[in-house]
Amino acid sequence: MKLILKDGTVFEGQSFGAPKSTAGEVVFNTGMTGYVESLSDPSYAGQIVVLTYPLVGNYGVPDKKYFESNKMQIAGLVVSEYSENYSHHDAKGSLAEWLKSSGVPAITGVDTRALTKRLREHGVMLGALSVNPAKGGTRFTDPNDENLVARVSIKKKKTYGNGPVKIIAVDCGMKENIVRALTRPETTVIRVPWDYDFTEDKYDALFISNGPGDPTQCWITIEHIKHAMSADKPILGICLGNQLLALAAGAKTYKLKYGHRGQNQPCIDLENGRCYITSQNHGFAVDGKTLPDGWGEWFVNANDGSNEGVRHKTRPWRSVQFHPEASPGPTDTAWIFDEFIAALSKSDPHKKKTYE
Amino acid sequence: MNKVRKVLLLGSGGLRIGQAGEFDYSGSQAIKALKEEGVKVVLMNPNIATVQTDDKLADTVYFLPLTEHFATQVIKKEKPDAILLSFGGQTALNLGLSLEERGVLKKYSVRVLGTSVATIRDTEDRELFVRRLSEIGVKTAQSRATENVRDALKAAGEIGYPVMMRSGFALGGEGSGVVHNEKELSVKLTEVFRNVPQVLIEENLSGWKEVEYEVVRDRADNCITVCNMENLDPMGIHTGESIVVAPSQTLSNAEYHGLREIAIKTIRHLGIVGECNIQYALHPQTGDYRVIEVNARLSRSSALASKATGYPLAFVAAKLALGYKLTDIKNSVTGKTTACFEPALDYLVLKAPRWDLTKFENAAPRIGTEMKSVGEVMAIGRSFEEVLQKALRMLNVGVDGFVPAKNPCPKTRYLDEIQYPTTRRIFALAEALHDGVNVAKLHDLSKIDPWFLEKMGNIVGLERELKRKKLTKELLARAKRAGFSDKRIGTLKKTTEVAVRSLRARLHVLPVVKQIDTLAGEFPAQTNYLYMTYHGTENDVARGKNQVAVLGSGPYCIGSSVEFDWSCVQALKTLKAEGRNTIMINSNPETVSTDYDMSDRLYFEELSLERVLDIVDFERPLGVVISTGGQIPNNLALPLQRNKVRILGTDPQNINRAEDRHVFSKLLDELGIDQPEWAELTTPAAAAKAAEKLGYPVLVRPSYVLSGAAMKVAYDEKSLLEFLQRAVDVSSDHPVVISKFIENAREIEIDGVAHKGALAIYAITEHIENAGTHSGDATVVLPPQRTYLETIRRAKHITKDILKALKITGPFNMQFIAKDNHLLVIECNLRASRSFPFVSKVTGHNFINLAVRAMLGKDIAGHYRTVELDTVAVKSPQFSYGRIKGADPHTSVEMASTGEVACFGDSYSEALLKSMMAAGFRLPKKNVLVSLGKEENKIKMLPAVAVLANMGFKLYATEHTADFLRENNIPCEKVYKISSNIAPNVSGLFEGGELDLIINIPTKGRENTTDGFTIRRKAIDMNIPLITNRQLAEAFITALAEQKAERSGVPHQKPKKKHIGTSKENGKLFGAGRYGLEAKSWEEYRS
Repeated sequence: MKLILKDGTVFEGQSFGAPKSTAGEVVFNTGMTGYVESLSDPSYAGQIVVLTYPLVGNYGVPDKKYFESNKMQIAGLVVSEYSENYSHHDAKGSLAEWLKSSGVPAITGVDTRALTKRLREHGVMLGALSVNPAKGGTRFTDPNDENLVARVSIKKKKTYGNGPVKIIAVDCGMKENIVRALTRPETTVIRVPWDYDFTEDKYDALFISNGPGDPTQCWITIEHIKHAMSADKPILGICLGNQLLALAAGAKTYKLKYGHRGQNQPCIDLENGRCYITSQNHGFAVDGKTLPDGWGEWFVNANDGSNEGVRHKTRPWRSVQFHPEASPGPTDTAWIFDEFIAALSKSDPHKKKTYE
Repeated sequence: MNKVRKVLLLGSGGLRIGQAGEFDYSGSQAIKALKEEGVKVVLMNPNIATVQTDDKLADTVYFLPLTEHFATQVIKKEKPDAILLSFGGQTALNLGLSLEERGVLKKYSVRVLGTSVATIRDTEDRELFVRRLSEIGVKTAQSRATENVRDALKAAGEIGYPVMMRSGFALGGEGSGVVHNEKELSVKLTEVFRNVPQVLIEENLSGWKEVEYEVVRDRADNCITVCNMENLDPMGIHTGESIVVAPSQTLSNAEYHGLREIAIKTIRHLGIVGECNIQYALHPQTGDYRVIEVNARLSRSSALASKATGYPLAFVAAKLALGYKLTDIKNSVTGKTTACFEPALDYLVLKAPRWDLTKFENAAPRIGTEMKSVGEVMAIGRSFEEVLQKALRMLNVGVDGFVPAKNPCPKTRYLDEIQYPTTRRIFALAEALHDGVNVAKLHDLSKIDPWFLEKMGNIVGLERELKRKKLTKELLARAKRAGFSDKRIGTLKKTTEVAVRSLRARLHVLPVVKQIDTLAGEFPAQTNYLYMTYHGTENDVARGKNQVAVLGSGPYCIGSSVEFDWSCVQALKTLKAEGRNTIMINSNPETVSTDYDMSDRLYFEELSLERVLDIVDFERPLGVVISTGGQIPNNLALPLQRNKVRILGTDPQNINRAEDRHVFSKLLDELGIDQPEWAELTTPAAAAKAAEKLGYPVLVRPSYVLSGAAMKVAYDEKSLLEFLQRAVDVSSDHPVVISKFIENAREIEIDGVAHKGALAIYAITEHIENAGTHSGDATVVLPPQRTYLETIRRAKHITKDILKALKITGPFNMQFIAKDNHLLVIECNLRASRSFPFVSKVTGHNFINLAVRAMLGKDIAGHYRTVELDTVAVKSPQFSYGRIKGADPHTSVEMASTGEVACFGDSYSEALLKSMMAAGFRLPKKNVLVSLGKEENKIKMLPAVAVLANMGFKLYATEHTADFLRENNIPCEKVYKISSNIAPNVSGLFEGGELDLIINIPTKGRENTTDGFTIRRKAIDMNIPLITNRQLAEAFITALAEQKAERSGVPHQKPKKKHIGTSKENGKLFGAGRYGLEAKSWEEYRS
C-alpha cells in the first residue's frame, strides 16, 4: 500500500485496515495515546490522520460506549508501526479489526516523522492511500470543499437529562464526551442538528460544538448564533464553536498552515496568566485581531500566539478553541464546563454578568 | 519575593546504590540556571569526580561531608540567603530537613527555595502523606506507620499477610519488602528499626502495574506532567530494578489522563514548587489505582524523564525555585516555544538496570522492593523490540540482545527466576520463549503485561525465521527494525558481523538519524539530540562539519562510574575550545555528558562497534576519542581502527600492546622493568602446578578484565581450584592468569598525560591500604605521605620508559607495587583512569584538557607542580554494602565500591578524617569493638589500639583479641563469639545498640567464614561504622589522635610499647568540630 501526497511524495507501507483506496486531507496528530477517541472524533471527518507516536494499537479497541461518536470518522490512518498484539482489560478487539469493519484503510511502516516534517513545511496537504496506484493515477479530494458538518451532524434532535436548565447544543460533529460533560442533574441537553433553527424554542443557554472543516461553510449556524446573541442567551463554544461564535461576532477566521492536533498545546488564560495544557484538533483559527469592539481574546496559544478562545467583555458569550472535554488528552480545563453550568444554575442567569 | 543573591546548593556525595550519577546532572543544570540569573552559588559536595564541582561552575566549592556540622559551618561562613535541597537526592533533602529542624536555617536567615520544608515533610512522613492525600480523596495504599515492633506486627495482622514493609526517610527503598508471615516480619523489623525511626506496614500491591509521572509546578500554580513512564516489571520490584518504558505503552487514554489528572491535583494540593515524581500502582483489570509515593525533589526517574523527553527538568526546576513561572521560561530545545508544555514523543525509550552482584560473594541475586542496581542504560527507538534489544546490549554484560544465557538452564530454574525475579529475569524470559513456553503462562508467573511478553515473543519468532529463511532484503530490514545486531544475525546465519554489515550496505539496509525535539516534529527545532533507528526512510540532519566524536562510558557499574563521565565532559569542553564541533556517543541517562548543552551532537546510542561505525559512516568525523570513557570505548580502539576510523591519541596497536598480557610482559622484560611473576594456563591442573611453583598466595584472574571482575587471591590449592571453577564459568573463552601475590607491599599509582611518548604531566598517589585491596576500593592520598623520594623517582623513570616504548599520546595510568624501594608494575592503562578528576582537582591542572590538546597535536609542554602541594587530599571509597544483602563487607582484589569522595586538609590526618566521614563514616564517641584476627594483625595493630584506649574509648574485644590486649596492658572488655552463645556476647553489644565503631580485620584466605563475617555483616545492617583493613585502621586512629592533639595544643606522641594505660583526663568525647575539622573551601586550600 502507498500513501501518495499531492506534491508527489510517496510513502510505502503495509495495509492493515480495510483493503481499499481513499483520499482526503493529510493531517498529523502528536498525541501519544487516545487513538480510539481521535479516530471516532467527527472533527476528523474526511481526513487521513497521521499519528506521530510510532506504536499504535497497543491497548486494542474498547466497547462502542467509549467512542467519541458512534463510528470511526477518519478517512484513513497512517502509522509507523501497528501493534498487532494488544492488551487491555477494556479491549473488545484489535484496531485492525475496527478499521476493517469500518471500511477505513490504514497503512503501517511509514516514516511518520519524515511525513510530519513534510506536512509541517508545506502545510496540510491532500493525499491518498492507494492499494493499487498503477491504475489511472491518483485522485485527490479536498474534504473542505464539502460541507463536512452536514455529513457528521446528527440528523434528528435528541434530548439528554431532565434538569431545569435547558441547553441547546448545536451538533456540528459533537464529541460524546461533551454531551457527557454537559449532562448533569441540573441540565437538560437538547442536541440539535447543525442547521436546526432553535430561535423559536425555549432554552436557557446555547452550546456550539466542535466539528470538521471550514467554519464559513456553516453560515446557517452563524445566523442562528447571532439570533441567540440578540436574545441575550449565554453561549459557550468549543473548537469549531469558537470559530462560529467569532464569525457571528463579526471577526474573521483563517486556515492554519498545519493546524494544531495533539494533547500538549499550552494555552494562556489572558485574565490571570495561568497556562493550561490542552487537547486540540483544528485546522482553522480565529484571527484575534479582527475581533470587534466589546470582544476580546480569552486564551492564546503560548507557542505561536494564535487565538485559543474569545469572549464578550460584558455579555455571557465565550468560547474556546481547544477541547476542555479532553478525551483524548489532558483534563486541565474541565472547569470551563463547571463554570458555564454553575452560572446558568443561578436563579436568573440572564441578568447576571456571570462571566466577569 | 526578595531577590536571591547567594545560594547554598547541597550535592549528593559519593555514588551509591539508589543515589548515583543522576545528581551530578541535576546539580550541574541547577548551577547553570542560577548562574544565568547572576546568583552566586556555593556548592557543598565531597564527590570530587563530578562535573558540578568543576572549577568555574559554582562560585565556591566545599569538598566536605554532607553532615549537619559541616553544613552549619559553611552557612556561618558563607552567609547564603537561600538553600536548594532538591538537587542532591535524598542525602541533600535529609540534611536540609535536619538543618531546618535544628533551627540552623532560621538562625542564619537562610530561606529554602522551591518546595517548602513543610511540604517536603508531608511527602516524607508516610502518615502525614496519607492524611494529606485523603483530604482530596486521592487513594493511597492501606498503610500504618509504626514505631516499634509490636505495633508493626499488630498493623500487619489487621491488614492481612502478605504485607508490604516500607521504611520512610530512606533512599531507594532500603529495608523494604513483601513479608509473608509474622515470623519473617519480626526478624526484619528488628533490623530495620535500627536505621529508621518509622516503618510502614502496607497493603500488598504486588502484580499491579507501576506507573510514574514527572510533574513540574510553579508558584503561580501552573502545573504540567513532563513525562509518564511504565514499569515493565509490575509492583513488587523497585522502579530502580525495573525495566521502564516511556511513555506508557499499555495505558488507555482514560488511564493515562486519569492518572495525570490525579498527579496534578495532588501536587497542587501538596504545594510543591519545582519538580517532583509521583508513583502509582494501577490495577491491571479494574483500573483502580493507589498513589505509592511522591518524591519532592529531582530523582533518578526525573533524570531519566529528562533524557527521555529532552526536557531539561533540573534547569527548569532551578528557575522555578528562584520564583520564575513556567510561562517565563523558554523551551531550550526549540528556543521558541514555552517551557510550559508537555513533550510529545515520537519514539519510545526503554531503561534497563545494570547490576553488578557477581562482584559480591554470597550476594542474593533476587530483586524486589529494594534497589540493588548500580547503573542503567536507556535505549531510544521506534518499536519495542528495537529498544529492548538495544538496551540489553547497552548493558555491556556480554549479551547480544534479547537472547537466552550462554549456558542454558533447566526449565524449572528459569521459570523460577521468572516467578521469583532475579537480575537474570529478562534472559530467563528469553529462554522460556525459546523453549516455547506461552505468553499466558509467562504472564501468570511474572504478572508482566501480555503486551510486553508478546513483543518479546516477536523477537524470538523472528529469530526462528532468520535461522530458517534466506536473508532477503525484506527479512534483513525486518530483523534490523526488531533491533537485531549484525553480530546476532551473523551468529544465526553462521556468518560474521562483518559479512552482515557489508550485505546491509549492498542491500542498502541502513539506519536513519532522527532528532529528539520534545514536540514530535510539530515545530522546527534546533536540537542536537539524536538517535538511530531502522524505522525510517529519511535522516533528520545532514552530515556535520569539522567534528570530533567522544565515546562515553556506557552504564555505571562497579569500576566504571561518574569519573569517566567527568573525563568525557572535559574532553568535549576542550575540543570545543580548540575549535572543533563535538559528537558525544553514550547510552547512560545518569550522565552530564548526555546533557542537551554539552555537545554539538549527542547520539544517545550503543557503544558498540556496529553503531559507532554507523555514526562514523554518516558523520565522517575528523577523529574519535576513545580514551576518556573507560574500558568500553578503550576496547573499541582496535576494532575501530581496523575499520579505518581515525583514533585520536595513542595508536590502538600500542593500546593493545599494553592490554595484551603477553606482549606487555615481554615489553617490560625488554625494558628491564620488574613485574610480579605470572603464568597463563588453560586447565585447573596446570594452574595448580603453576601456583605451586610461584608460591602461594597467588592472584587469579582471566585476561581482559575490568575492575577486578572475577579476580581473587588464593592462599592454597583448595581455594584456588574452588575459585577456578567459578572463573571458568565467568569467561570460558579466556585462559586463566595466575600471578604471585605480594604481601605486605604498598601500592602507588601514576596518572598522567604524555605527548608523542614523552611525559608531560603526572601525579603520583599512594594507597593507604596495602596491595591486595583493589585500587578502586583503596583510600588514596595525594601528595604521597609515606613513599620515599627515591621510590617516586624510580616510578617516574619506569613510567617514562613505558611511555616511550608505547609512543603514548594522551592519558595513561600506571600501577605499581612498592616493597622497600623495589617497584613492580602491575597495571598500565592507556586511557584516563578513575582518579583523573581527583588528581586534576587536587593539583589544579586539568589532565584531560592537556591530554586532548596533546591528541590534537598541540604543544602541552610546561612546568606543572604536582608533587609538592600546599595541601593534602584523601580520596575514600564509597560502599553500598547496605544494599547488597549477604555480601561480605571487606575489601579485596575485587572492586566493591560504587563511588568515591575526596576531601582536602591542611594535614594528612584532617583530610583522612573528613574524607572517611564524607563516605558516610561517623567518628566514634565511646564504644569500640575490636577483633583483630591473626597474630600478625594483633601485633601490628597493638600501638594503634593502645592509642584508642589512651584517648578514652571503651574497648570491647573478641576472645583472642581480648586476651592479647590484656596481656599487653590494654584494658578491654571481653565478649564471646556470637556462635558460642556465652555471655557477655558480641550479639549483646549489637542489641544494646551502643557500638560506635567496629574494627574487624578478617583473616586472609577464609573471609566468609563464621563469626567475623557475622560481625561485619551486622555492622552494615545496623549501620555501625566498620573498618576491615589494618592499614586503614592504623591511619584512622593516628589521624584521630593527631587531630585531637592539635586541637588541644598537646602534640600527639606515639605511645611507647608495653607501658600503656588510659588517662582519665582524656576521657571526654569529641564530635567532628572538636577534632578541628573545619570548613574550608577548595579555593582556600588552593591559595
